[in-house]
Order: sequence, then C-alpha cells, then structure tokens
Amino acid sequence: MRQRLSRKLRFLLFAGAVAGATLLLPGRAEAHLNSTGLGPVYDGFLHFFLSPEDLLPVLALSLYAGQRGAAFGRRVLFLLPAAWLLGGWVGLGHTAIASTVVTALSFLLMGGLLAADTKLSLFWVPAIVLALGMSHGYFNGAGLGKVDSPGIALLGIGTAVFIFVALSTSIAVPIRRHWARIALRVAGSWIAACGILLAGWAARK
Amino acid sequence: MKAALRYTASRLAAVLFLLLLYSPLADAHVNKHEAAGFFSGLKHPVSGLDHVIAMIAVGLWGAQLGAPSIWLLPVAFPMVMAFGGMLGLMGVPLPGAEIGIAASAILLGVAVMLELRPKLTVAAALVAFFAIFHGHAHGTELPPGQSGLLYSMGFVLATGCLHGVGISIGTVHRWNWGKAAVRVAGATIALTGTVYLWRALQ
Repeated sequence: MRQRLSRKLRFLLFAGAVAGATLLLPGRAEAHLNSTGLGPVYDGFLHFFLSPEDLLPVLALSLYAGQRGAAFGRRVLFLLPAAWLLGGWVGLGHTAIASTVVTALSFLLMGGLLAADTKLSLFWVPAIVLALGMSHGYFNGAGLGKVDSPGIALLGIGTAVFIFVALSTSIAVPIRRHWARIALRVAGSWIAACGILLAGWAARK
Repeated sequence: MKAALRYTASRLAAVLFLLLLYSPLADAHVNKHEAAGFFSGLKHPVSGLDHVIAMIAVGLWGAQLGAPSIWLLPVAFPMVMAFGGMLGLMGVPLPGAEIGIAASAILLGVAVMLELRPKLTVAAALVAFFAIFHGHAHGTELPPGQSGLLYSMGFVLATGCLHGVGISIGTVHRWNWGKAAVRVAGATIALTGTVYLWRALQ
C-alpha cells in the first residue's frame, strides 16, 4: 500500500513539476486578444469552448443523444462535426452577419428536446444535426474571414465539436438513475429558457 | 501515511508558489461586459429577497408534493420565467409586476404552510403564472451594454440553484419534525411576501 502510494505521489509530483515549469513560460502580450498563440488549430479549438452560443446547443444535443441511447449518440458524434465543417466551409466565403435569432432557435430546439425527453426515432437525427451543425458552422466560417488560415481554424472548431460531443454523450449514455435523468432534463429546460430570453434579446435589438 | 501526506502537502505548496510566478497575457481591450453580464445575471435573482423566497417556496412545495411535481415544477418554471423575461426584454409592459412577485411569495408560502395538494396541472399553472412576473422583472432590469446571452444564462442558473436549495431543504419533509419545519418556513415566506406586498402597494 505504502509502495503504491509513493508511486502515485511520484507521478503527481512529476506531473506537478511539468505543469509548474510550463506555467513559467512567459505569454505574449496581445492587445485585441483573439488568438491562443499556438496556431489556428488551437485558435479554432478554443473558440468553440469559449463560445456559449455554440457550446450550449451542442451540449444539449449531445446529452439528448446520450439520453436516447448509444446508437443515437454515435450518429450525432460523426454527423455533427461533419455538418459543422460543411457549414463552415460554405460560410468561409461570406461576410459575418448577426446570428442571434438562429442561436436562440438552437437553444430553444435542442434544450426543448432534452427537457421534454422527446422520443424521436433515429430517422430524425440527420435533420436535427444538419440544422444545428450547418447553421452554426456557417456563422463560424463567416466569422473567420479575417483570421490567418481560416480553413485550419475551422478544422480546430470541428475537432473541438467532435471531442465535446464524444465526452458529453458518453456521460449521458450510461445514466439510468431516475434523478440523474431528471437532472439532464432540468439542464435542458435551462438551455431552452436561455433560448427564449435570447429571442427576446434579438427582438429588442 | 502522515509522512506521505506531509510530503504531498509541501510539494503542492511548491507548485502553488510556482503558479504565482505565471505571467498572464496583458489583455488590452478585453471584453469586460461579457463577464459582467454573466455575473450581474447570476446576482440578480439572489440580490432581491422577494425573488429568493418565492424560488425557495417553489422548491419546498415541489418537495412536499413529491414526484412528479418535485421535478416538473423546476423544469417548467425556468421556461415560463424566460417567457416573462422575453416580454420584459421586448419592452412589453406588465402592470403590477412587483405586486405579482409579492403575491407569488404569499400564495406559494401559504401553499407550503398548509401543505396544499392541488392537481398537478393546477400547481404547475399557479407556479407558471407567477414565473412570468419574476421573469419580466429580470428582463426589464438588464443593465445596458451587457451580453444578453450571458446575463440570461446567469439568472437562469441562479434561479435553478434557488429551486435546488428549496428542494434540498424540503427533503427534511420525510421526518415529522421536518414536516413542521417546512410548514413554518412556508409561513415565514408568506409573511415576508406580505411585507413586500405592503411596500408595492404604497
């Protein structure tokens, strides 16, 4: 036991030392921060994780897919990043426009599906995924116009979508306990509520 | 074992010290409104006692009523509240919103105090009706220049957490002393609501 503990400690110490040494690296002072400094792939990667307007509908869809089972989850896992990249590729040639209404609809639809625990068949997966992926991907692509290597940044976004869907779906698939499934539905209702508010925000503008 | 813990603690302290040496990016022109929007949204439902007691009363009542109300009310409330918020954001006037908020605390408090058990549809309709007033107040009080999405996320999250607090407190309902305590809490909420109603009418 003592030996196992000390091995763990050694590993933790090593990991801590590496992390500490990494943290000592000086960062670049960037006014108008929109880059990670690690290249376009990571810029795109980070963009997705720092954009709640993209992250939350994807979270709702992933949890919903997990709620409906592994087959549903697998389809979303491979179709959504593909649709996102396709929409982004189409959007690359266009000028960025406001997407508040589309974002509000995504929140409402994806959050609503999760909150209501809608019993959709697998037949509907491509339609939902294409609607979400292509619309958000399009707006991402259109917004990347001024970035260096926008195609590579888009690839980073697509990778982030894939990883995020994989992680969140795999959390939701094994959930069987009643209270945990309710918690997922509550999360869906919160996301849908944000969508309703965003619609009001769009109408106000 | 103690030696190992001491060893870990001293090394962790060293790592934490290293963290202090980290040189962060100099963020000129960072969009401060975004974070401000989220935090002001998060703070808004918690900053007004009238909102807090009504949200907790929803949770307490849900806990008293048991399944499916215990989860249906917290699922339905944010969406209807958001609808009220949407009306507020769009500038649709809702006369007597403050009276509605005070009345929600009184009626929900009385429901908890008397441990009323209406039909699920009646309970859901009552909670949804009052949710509109609370949402409208949040919607109209969005500070200028802040992110609407992050403000919305903040106040939906805070409202949900307040329901969670109510439900958690309501779990004592399984014991006899707990039943009495929850009913006393309901009476306190109703009384506080009466004070707010008095203020709103003046």
